[in-house]
This record gives sequence, structure tokens and C-alpha cells, in this order.
Amino acid sequence: MMRTFPIGGVHPSDNKKWSSNSAIEQMDLPDVVNVPLSQHIGAPATPKVAKGDKVRVGDLIAEATGFMSANIHAPVSGTVTAVDMQPNGQGLRQMMITIRREGDEWAEGIDRSDTIVENCELTSREIIDRIKAAGIVGMGGATFPTHVKLSIPDGKHAEALIINGVECEPYLTSDYRTMLERGRELIIGTKILMRAVNVGKAYIGVESNKPDAIKHLRSLLDGTEGISVVKLKTKYPQGGEKQLIAAVLGLRVPPPPALPIDVGAVVCNASTAVAVYEAVQKNKPLVERVVTVTGKHMREPKNLLARFGTPVEALVAKCGGLPEGDVRVLNGGPMMGRPLVNLGMPVMKGCSGIVVMSGADALRGRESACIKCAKCVEACPMGLEPYLLSKLSRRKDWESVERGDVVSCIECGSCQYTCPANIPLLDYIRLGKQTVMGIIRTRNAKK
Amino acid sequence: MANRFFVSPSPHVHGEMSTVRIMSDVIIALLPALVVSIRVFGWGALLVTAVSVVSCVLFEFLIQKFIVRGPLTVNNLSAAVTGMLLAFNLPVNIPLWIVVIGALFAIGVVKMPFGGIGKNLFNPAIAGRVFLLIAYPVQMTSFPSPTIEGYVDAYSGATPLAAAKAGAVDFSNYDVPGMLAGAIPGSFGEIATLALLLGGAYLLIRRVITWHIPVAVLGTMAVFAVIVSLCRCEGYAMLYQYPLFHLLAGGAVLGAVYMATDYTTSPMTHAGMLIYGVGIGAITMLIRLWGQYPEGMSFAILIMNSVVPLINKYVKPSRFGAR
Amino acid sequence: MNTLVFTILTLCVLGVVSALVLYWVAQKFKVEEDPRVDDVEKMLPGANCGGCGFAGCRAFASAMVSSDDISDLYCAVGGADCMKRIADYLGKAAPVKEPLVATVRCGGTCEKRPRTNSYVGASSCAVVSSLYVGETGCAYGCLGYGDCVAACAFDAIRINPETGIAEVDADKCTACGACVKACPKGVIELRKKWPKNRAIYVSCVSRDKGPVVMKACKAGCIGCGKCAKVCEFGAITIENNLAYIDPFKCRLCRKCVNECPTGAIKLVGLAPLPKKTAEPAAAAAPKPAAEKPAAPAANKAAVSAEPETAEKK
Repeated sequence: MMRTFPIGGVHPSDNKKWSSNSAIEQMDLPDVVNVPLSQHIGAPATPKVAKGDKVRVGDLIAEATGFMSANIHAPVSGTVTAVDMQPNGQGLRQMMITIRREGDEWAEGIDRSDTIVENCELTSREIIDRIKAAGIVGMGGATFPTHVKLSIPDGKHAEALIINGVECEPYLTSDYRTMLERGRELIIGTKILMRAVNVGKAYIGVESNKPDAIKHLRSLLDGTEGISVVKLKTKYPQGGEKQLIAAVLGLRVPPPPALPIDVGAVVCNASTAVAVYEAVQKNKPLVERVVTVTGKHMREPKNLLARFGTPVEALVAKCGGLPEGDVRVLNGGPMMGRPLVNLGMPVMKGCSGIVVMSGADALRGRESACIKCAKCVEACPMGLEPYLLSKLSRRKDWESVERGDVVSCIECGSCQYTCPANIPLLDYIRLGKQTVMGIIRTRNAKK
Repeated sequence: MANRFFVSPSPHVHGEMSTVRIMSDVIIALLPALVVSIRVFGWGALLVTAVSVVSCVLFEFLIQKFIVRGPLTVNNLSAAVTGMLLAFNLPVNIPLWIVVIGALFAIGVVKMPFGGIGKNLFNPAIAGRVFLLIAYPVQMTSFPSPTIEGYVDAYSGATPLAAAKAGAVDFSNYDVPGMLAGAIPGSFGEIATLALLLGGAYLLIRRVITWHIPVAVLGTMAVFAVIVSLCRCEGYAMLYQYPLFHLLAGGAVLGAVYMATDYTTSPMTHAGMLIYGVGIGAITMLIRLWGQYPEGMSFAILIMNSVVPLINKYVKPSRFGAR
Repeated sequence: MNTLVFTILTLCVLGVVSALVLYWVAQKFKVEEDPRVDDVEKMLPGANCGGCGFAGCRAFASAMVSSDDISDLYCAVGGADCMKRIADYLGKAAPVKEPLVATVRCGGTCEKRPRTNSYVGASSCAVVSSLYVGETGCAYGCLGYGDCVAACAFDAIRINPETGIAEVDADKCTACGACVKACPKGVIELRKKWPKNRAIYVSCVSRDKGPVVMKACKAGCIGCGKCAKVCEFGAITIENNLAYIDPFKCRLCRKCVNECPTGAIKLVGLAPLPKKTAEPAAAAAPKPAAEKPAAPAANKAAVSAEPETAEKK
């Protein structure tokens, strides 16, 4: 009996076959990198370098601004040429540090060897401090600072750790390749995370469409106390935090503002666990990540280990360039990824994949009248009524949108995926959610 | 680079569901029953269906072209489905002009004035049928006997339900295989129970409908019949014979699987669907047993249609994690 | 016969009983309300646009009736006449306000501001602006999906299909401000309404630096400050690389218009001043000649409007 989340969900074709068999490949070092100061949820980091400064790989170039933020390290060695506003993937300007690369010189104290360091005797506090120093954030795409997640508030305590190896987004294979190729590091990272949050149990959730990853991790774990691999049904959004907790632990996280810790769960992405291993055991800050570059018409889809700041253009070129004609390029998977307006965007901490939709896939179907088929209600994993929320949002009836529990929406896109009338349900629901959350914030501020 | 960049909010992929696919699946699911009807009643069944479908499509087209002037939606096949369902609810020897009037009522009064597909309050096909039943009671209730070999004309053209109403049915002695196969008088689309169930299974597999409404309707009818049978103290055999008769006779299956499940006029949540289905089943049985008409499926569906907005308002899906 | 009598009797009794019940309920749940609210509501335009900041015309009317000082309450739709009538009726001092008109401050037409990508999705400025920069390279300008059009209760604003930018019909605009609130980019501003719909304004809201603006749009304000230098009335300020003309200081002298290197300062209802620099005579000559009579009149209007402004301040 495979475990899964209780309500809703859809079954998009996973399309992982194009890149799932290509081993992780080192991406060429770029000549110039643009490193955004906001690669995470929370306050943008504060720059610590100025134009003309020399930096080595792993040097701190921007420091976390307050608790809810993350450090940023130089991904290449060279000279800082600018700290300036640059357009991001959405064409909006944000602060970035530009570094011109000179060689590949690393900061001292970073262990770059392949030797695996098993033992970790650090305390919870020390581990979290090292993770914070290394600037680790959730690498599944949400980019929530990991040290914040691991710092359990007073009065609450963690019962179990869940490692998210679900990768339910179609097309993406970066976590899958990481689990296959960095399995041992992943498991040590898991043990470290267990120490950090002080739990005796950890589960690695993997979808059933990755049988070799499940087999591989199980063989590596053989006999390890407390950690088990959980095979989960292939169903979107199995990797949603709340869905994963429900599938693995059978516990349902209450609606916002409740957090997973309220049911005693801490969830970390599989790639994040590997990054934690590197930070804690090898003293290596987060300067690179695996990015899946794929698409139906991409010539050579690949999983590339790229330094942050590498332009997406270089990654796409490495994989044979964009296909001809109409394209829709995504940062992330096709269900939740953000669209890019150009290929100038630098690789960032949350960039798990670059998906190129081409030809007819680049377009959307034409919207027609709602036939009240209730498929969106059936597909919603949060038990909401997408047809209603979308309609009310379109009418700007924010009170009713709030009463419809819009803040519970996880923006997974299942409703819009399944809608036979091609209604842009999520486009409007997201607008409603943003507006309602703004209204709630002002209301709370007034109190 | 000759690339044209497209940008849209997520999600960037879409499932294969579409209104046209759903409507064509319903049409496909109705075909086996149509084939049986043609075999049982002759080509007249096909003729009535064709007239009904063509007039429904034509009326929708004309209304959108000249009166409402909205975007044309006839190519989504919903009018064709309405036409087919309306035809299935008529006797095979009905004068064709009555069929056209039924189609005009269904499309021109019940569907389009409310805003067309997705906005109508009542099921157009059923409303059309009920309108005809009230306007032309004689033509609508004179059912020809099946022209099929082996059919025993025991009730001389009366439907099993009408015969039951008249007290002329021996429930322990009717022909179950014959009823399943469709060798009984009645509206030509409702008799072929087995073929209709086959189509229903197809709709379930294609995820066009869910089990909730059909099971609730048929289950309620069965339970209702068992209770009535118990109250009447008619013996153990009747405890299954009586419900079985009610499920196979008349429009129970056609109504439960194809008419009550009409998207627009049924509730949006599973719990709501169950309430709606139970309501239809109970009202149908009340009309059948104690009402004026021998069959009550159409009325039951229309009555419950009117409750749907209320159900949608108060029956909400269970929110994830809510206590 | 009996049946008939009984029927009539029953109905009569039923009628009387229900009438009594209704009367009792009406008395019991009666809401005491100043009858003047009804009268004031009738005097208001009844658009329920919410431009006054109240939930609707009735809420506004009851606020007018209940508050002693109504100088802060103003119905832009009804205008000065309407406010005066209501004030007279209520015996209070009429609130006065400069007539305003919604102004779309973006000149990035399809030619001036080339499209760099195609958007497919919900047709809403709010959705687009929360997603990304928009179909052009400018992160500030009009997106053209018509949230303002949907918000306007007076059919006074539309998206010009040729320019892709919102356009206000100044004669229909009541300055209720609904479009200003609806625009996620803050492109629309309520500006002073001059006679004959004349206007001078900076038709750009981009706070980007000059080179960035130039790259995205040929009609954008680059914040060069030339206009501010020639303004004799101190009406033009430059902030965040963007010029702004204060409509209450501006006197429509039009000197700034010719200074602008990108043509971002828009002139409506007035002929531009003849340019000092040598211009191809063929193009420039006929225009001022044809519209010359209008220019002095405009100056007069500007001057006559000025003391009014001063008085209020």
C-alpha cells in the first residue's frame, strides 16, 4: 500500500525521461556572475563588498539582514565590478553583486575533497549556526531559510524529520540525480538535521516513479536506526509540505498561520540535506546547485552543477540552445515555476530547473465558460473551492474570498491544470490570496 | 535569436480534459443504449434522436447568432448532448414536431436565457421533457410495444411502472433479463438498462462523472423500496424483487447516471452530490408510489436542481487541516 | 355557493391577519432615520462609485447629514453644483474643491515602447504586475489590460487598441478616483481640470535611470531636468529620475514642452510654442498657424483661473 495525501491531486505526465538518465555534470565557470541579494524568502541580504574588492569562492559577500534572511557567498573568485540594480528573470530590477571571474581560488578552510566525513558530534546550536553561516535555504524552490526552519520556537518540539525527495514537479530531475549520486552525503545530512532538531525519527519521502532512488537509498540505509525511506504514490502535489506530512505521518497541519512544527514535523528538501552535509562536515558554503535543464525539444537535456550567478543563457547553450520558434522558459517546474522574460537570469539558490516549453506548449488554451464540472474542487489538495475563489477574486469581493479560506491555497495549480474550460483559475486566486494577505496584514498592524 | 518569448503565470501545463472531450464522451456513452433502442423499436429511435439533436443545436446557434449575440458555443457539443438526452426521454412514435417544440423549450427557455452553458438552473433536457409531458400528455404517454422477437406483450403498451401503478404487476414474476436488455415499453432511451450501465461505466473510467450521484440515487431508491416492502410484510423474496423492479423499470438508470449528473445543475462537492442524489432517489420513489404519475425521476431531478444553489452555498468541502 | 363564501371568508381573514402581523413587525423593527438622508441621497448622482470613500451614496448622504462640518466630504461625481445644493438644503457651508480629471501618465505606445514578449494568461493588470515586468521592458508604465476600464462606472476610460494605453474621456470623467485605485502601477493621477480640457503633464512614471528608460521606451522621462530649469513658476520637480509638474502651480506656459528631449511632457488642447531651433518648416508651419487663435485664449484662461487657485489656498 503506497502512502499518499488525503484529498485532491492530479496526475500530470511526469516527462522526467529526457533528463533522468544524464548524470550530474559540472557546468563551465562563467566569466561574469550576477549574484542577487534576494535569493530567499525574507529580507534581502546586506552587501559586504564594494566595487573593486577581490573575492575568493566561498567568501561572504552579503550578510543576512536580521533573522529571516540568509548569507550569500561569492560563487566565483575575482573582482567585484558592481553592486547595482540589474534586471532579474521577470524583468524587474533588483540588487545584484557583479563579479568578474579570475581563476578559481577558494577561501581557506573549505574541504573540497570527495572523502566522506561520517561523524558529527556537534550540538544542535552549533549545527544551526553553521547552516546559517553557510547561507542554506530550502532548495526545492520555496527558498525558506533553513536555519529559521530548524530553530524550533519555545513551547514547541519536533517529533519527526521528513526529507523531501518527492520531486513531484514534472520534468525536474535534480533531486532525483542528487539522491542517486549523493546518497551517502544525503543520509549523513539527514542525521545531522536529526541532531539539529533533536528527533529520533526521520523519513525520506520518494515518489514511486523513482524506484531506483528508493532502492539505492534503502541499500545505503541498510540497518541504520531511525531513518526509513517511504515510497509515496506518484501524484501531484505529493511534495507540497503539508501534503507530504499528511502522507508520511498521517497528520494534517491546520490552516495558516499554523506551521508544520505545530504537528511536530520538520520538512527539508533532499538537495538541502546534501547542502547541510557540505556546510557542517566540509565547511563549504552554498555556492552552487544542481539545475535540470530540460524540455521536450531541447537537444541535450542535462543536470548541471552550476555556480550561482551563472546566466541561464549559458546553461541553455550547454544543452544545445533554445529550440526554434515560440518558447516559454520557466525557472522551476511547469506546475509552479516562474516564467522568464529573457535568458539573462542568473542561477539562484531556489533554481531547481530550467524548463523550456516550446511550440504549442508555449501557449495556453482558450478560456471558455465554466461548466460547473466540479473537477477543480475535486483536484484541490487543500479542500478549497477554486471555481468560487477565482470568480470572487475577479469580482474583487475580497471579503468573500477571505471567507473562502483563500490563505490556505498553496498555489499548486492543480485546479487550473484540470479545468476543462481552460479558465485561469489560479491566476485570479493568487491575486485574491495576495490581496487578502495584504488586508490581513494591515488589520493585524492596526490591532 | 528568432525566439518569441511567451510568459504566463503558473501552471504552465494543462491536462487533457476539455469541455468538448467531456461532451463527446457522454455522447459515446449514450450510443450503446441508442443501438439497443433501434433494435427494439426500429429506426424511429434514430430519427427522433436526429431531429432532437439537430433542433437543439440549431436553436442554440440561432439564439447566439441573432438574439444573445455572444460567442458561439455550439461546437462544444453541449447542445448535442441535451438533444440526445431529450430524445431518450421521449416515446419512439412521438410526432416529430413535438420533438422540435421540446428542443425549443429546452434550449430557448431553460438554457439560453440564463446565459447558456454552465449558467442554467435546471437540466434543459429534463425540463424539456416535463414541459412536453404537461403540454402533450397523450402523445407523451402512449408508448408503443417493442417490435422485437420474443417480446411478450403482457401489459399492452403500458410501461412496467404504469402497470404497477394500476396494480397489474406481479413483482415476483417479471422478466428481469428482458428488462435489462430493454424489451419493455417506455421512452426509447430509458429501457436499455444494461447498455446504459455500460455507458455509465465508460463515463466513470473516463472520469467524466464520479460515483456519488448515481450510487446515491439508485441506493436511496433501493433502500426506500426495501423499507416499503418491509412495511407491507410481503415476504423475503420481495425484499430484493421489489427494489430490483424499481431500479430496472422506468428511467431510474438513465436519470441517475446521465441526467442527475449534469454538471451545471448538480452540486460542486462530493457531500453535496450525495445529498442531492438521496433527494432525487427519495422524491422519485414518493412520486412513483403515492403520486399521480407512474414515474417521478424527471420531477425529482427538477426539484433537486432548484436546491443545488442552496447546497453549494452550505455544503463546503472539508478544508485541509480544519477542525 | 357555500364553498365560495368560505373561500372568500378564509382569504379575507388570512389577509387581515397577515396585515396585522406585518404592521406589528414593521413597528417593532422600525429603524429611526433622519428623513433628510433620503432627500440628500436623491440629490446625489447615485452612481455608488465609492469615490467619496464611503460604501455608497446612502452612506455618504448619512455622513453629510450627521456631521456638522462637511468641508471634508465631497462628491466628485456630482461636482460643485450638487454639493452646493445639498449644503443649502442642510444649511451648512458647501465644501469646495478644484475640479479634477483622471490623467493617464504613460506615453509608451506600441511604437515607442516595443513589446519584448507575449503574455498569455488572465487578462488583468493586477495579475501581470504581480508576475513580472509586463510585455515591454518598462516596469512602470501602463500595462493595458484594462483594470481601470473595469473599475470605471462612467465609461470614461478605455484602452486605445492602437497605442495599447488607457485613455480618459475628460468630458465623462467625474474624478471619482476608482481608476487610480485600480491601477497597480500608479500610472493614473487626478489632476486639476483646466477649461476646455487643456493640460500639461509628464506622461511617464518611470523612476528608472535615463539609460534604462531609453532602452525600454522612446517616450519616457529620463529625469534630465531641462524642464525644471525653464519653469518660471517652480511647478516642476525632479525626484527619483522623474519630472513631475504640480498642476496647481503650473500656468500652462508650455515652455517645458519644447525642452523635453524625449517628448515625455504631453500637451493637450493647446498648440505648442514655436520652436526656437531650426525645424523643417513644412511640418511645423501649418499647425501653429491653424491653431493660433486658441493660444492667447488659453493664456487668458490660465490667468483667469489663477486667482481662484490662490484664493482657496
